[in-house]
Amino acid sequence: MFFRMIKGALFRQKSKMIMIAVTIALGASLATAMLNIMLDVGDKVNQELKAYGANITVVPKESSVLNDLYALDEGEDASAHLKEEDLGKIKTIFWGFNIIDFSPFISTTVTAADGEAVKLNGAWFNHHLSLNTGEELDAGIHSLRSWWDVRSGQWIDEQKDGNENAVMVGAVYAERHRLATGDTITVSTANGSKALTVTGIFDAGGDEDEQLFTTVGNVQALSNNAGLIDSIEVSAITTPDNELARKAATKGPASLSPADYETWYCTAYVSSICYQIQEAIPDSVASPVRQVAESEGNILDKTQLLMVLITILSLFGSALGISNLVTASVMERSNEIGLLKAIGARDYSISGIVLTEIIITAIVGGVAGYFMGYGFAQIIGQTVFNASIEMKPMVIPLVAVLIVIVTLAGSIPAIRMLLRLRPAEVLHGR
Amino acid sequence: MSLLEIKNVSKIYGPLKALDNVNLTVENGEWLAIMGPSGSGKSTMMNIIGCMDKPSLGEVILDGVDIAKQSSKKLTEIRRDKIGLIFQQFHLVNYLTAVENVMVSQYYHSMPDEKEALEALERVGLADRAKHLPSQLSGGEQQRVCIARALINHPEIILADEPTGNLDEANENIVIDIFKQLHRQGTTLIVVTHDPEVAEVAQRTVALEHGRLVKEIINNNFEE
Repeated sequence: MFFRMIKGALFRQKSKMIMIAVTIALGASLATAMLNIMLDVGDKVNQELKAYGANITVVPKESSVLNDLYALDEGEDASAHLKEEDLGKIKTIFWGFNIIDFSPFISTTVTAADGEAVKLNGAWFNHHLSLNTGEELDAGIHSLRSWWDVRSGQWIDEQKDGNENAVMVGAVYAERHRLATGDTITVSTANGSKALTVTGIFDAGGDEDEQLFTTVGNVQALSNNAGLIDSIEVSAITTPDNELARKAATKGPASLSPADYETWYCTAYVSSICYQIQEAIPDSVASPVRQVAESEGNILDKTQLLMVLITILSLFGSALGISNLVTASVMERSNEIGLLKAIGARDYSISGIVLTEIIITAIVGGVAGYFMGYGFAQIIGQTVFNASIEMKPMVIPLVAVLIVIVTLAGSIPAIRMLLRLRPAEVLHGR
Repeated sequence: MSLLEIKNVSKIYGPLKALDNVNLTVENGEWLAIMGPSGSGKSTMMNIIGCMDKPSLGEVILDGVDIAKQSSKKLTEIRRDKIGLIFQQFHLVNYLTAVENVMVSQYYHSMPDEKEALEALERVGLADRAKHLPSQLSGGEQQRVCIARALINHPEIILADEPTGNLDEANENIVIDIFKQLHRQGTTLIVVTHDPEVAEVAQRTVALEHGRLVKEIINNNFEE
C-alpha cells in the first residue's frame, strides 16, 4: 500500500512533482558543473596563464652566486654557461609531463654595419626535439612569448630549411634603422660576422624591442660559445604553494621530514619542479619567477573559491526552492494528511511517505541535473577555456550527498508543519 | 456498561465555551443523532468523541477508557481501532482510486486486503466503481466510498459528521439506507446533523444549543 500511495502521489500529481524535480535538477546541474570545473580548473587556468610566459628560469650555478652577491642582471656573467645538449633532460624529470615549454637563451653584444652596438639574443623558436623517451615536441619562444606582436613578417620557423640566418628585430630598433622584412643586417664580433635576414619585426613592449633575436647557433658562433647557453626559461604547470611548499622554498628540502619530502617531491609545486630541474641539469640553479608563480596560485585559489561560493549559493537557492515547493505541497495536502492522521496514521509514517516522494523526485531531478550539469560544464569549458571539462567520477557521490542534504534540509519546514497538523483543525476547521 | 459515557464535559476556547457541562451516554448498537444549529458545538462534540480533540473539563469514557487522559499517540490508536469516521466533505485521497482509499484505512489499521476492500465497496453498491478516482465519482458515490472506508476495520462506533450535507435527496436516501443496514447489523452510529429528516430516522436524538445539551428525543417510530 505504501508504494501504491507513493506511486499515486508521484504519477497523479505530476505537475507538482515535476516542479520539485526541476528545482532539484537546477541545483544539481549547477553543483555538477561548478564542482567539475573547480576540480578541472587548475590545469585549465594554468594553461591560460602560460600565455604570461615562463615561470621558471634556469641559470648556471656560478652565475647565480654572482647574481646574488653583486645583483648582476641575468646573463651579465659571460663566463658561466649551461650546455645546450642538457636541455632535453628537463622533460625527463618526475614532473616532466607538466613542463609545457622551454627555451634556451644566449646573448652577446654585436656591432651592426653602422657601427652601433646591439644585443643579439639566441633562442629556440619552434625547435623540434626527439627525446630518448620517444616523446616528440616543439619548444621555443614562439609559444613562450605568445604576447609578442609580430607587426610584419613572421616568426622564425626553425624547422624550415634556409632559416639558419634568420633574425627577428625589435620594433624600436627596426624603426630607427628603417628595417623591413627581407632586409639583411650584417653583425660582427671579434669572432666573426654574419649576414642575417629579417624575417619578422616584433613589438614586445619592453627592452627586447631594441634587440635582435636569432637562432642559438648564430649567437654561439659569434660569441665563440659552441654548444653553450646562458639560461633557460621554462613554462610549467604548477600547483599553488601551501605551507609545505613555502617551507621547502625558504628553508630548503633538507629541512623537511622524509614523509613531507616525499609529499613535496611528488607534488607539482614550483619549488619541487625547480629542485628536479637542478637534479637533471648539472651545475644549474632553477628558480621560480616569483611574481608569475604567485599570481598563478592566487588566480587559481580565487577561481576555485568563486566556484565553491557559486556551488554553495546554488545549493542554498535550491534548498529554498525545495522548501517553498514542499511546504506549499504539504499545505495543499493538509486535508489529506489530516485525514490520514484521523484514520490512524502516525506522524512518522506520514513523514515517511512525504520524504519518500521527495527523495524519489530528488533522485530523478538529481540524475537529470547531473547530465544538465555535464552540458553546462562543457559549455563553460568551451566558452572560457576553449577546451572540454573532464568529468570527475568523484563528483557523482559528492553531488548525490549534497542533493540528499539539500532536499532533506529543504523539507524540514514542511515536515515540521506536517507534524503540527491536527486532524480536527484541517477536517473540521477547529 | 455503556459504550460511550460523556460526563460533565466542557470545551473552553478563551472566553468561549464550545461545550458546556455536557452529559451523554451511548449504548452499544445504538443509533444516536446529535442535532443543533451552526455554532452549537456539534463539531466540537464530534472531535472529542472521535478522539481528535480533548475536553477542557470532564470525562469521556469510550469502551472503558477515559480518552481525556490519553496521550495523542494513544488517541491515534483508539481512533484507528474503535472509530470509523464519515465526513461531510468526504475527504478522499484524490490520487487514490476508490478501492485504494478504502485500503488506506486497512493499511494504517492492520494489513491492506484488496478483496476485503472490494467487498466493503460492494456493500455500499460501488463494486463497479472501485478503480475510479474520486474526481470520477459523484458526490453520493464519494460519500459511499467514505462509508466503506469507515466500515472496513469493523469499528465499535461509526461517527458521521453531516453525512448527507452535500448530497441530493436520492443519494441522501441511499446513505440513510446504508445506515439502517449497519444499525441492523449491530453497529453503533452517532450522526451529527442539522437535517431533521436525517435525525428522525435515528433511535434517539439529542439537541445542542450554545454548547449545552438542551433536548433529548426518543424516536418512538424507529424502524428496526
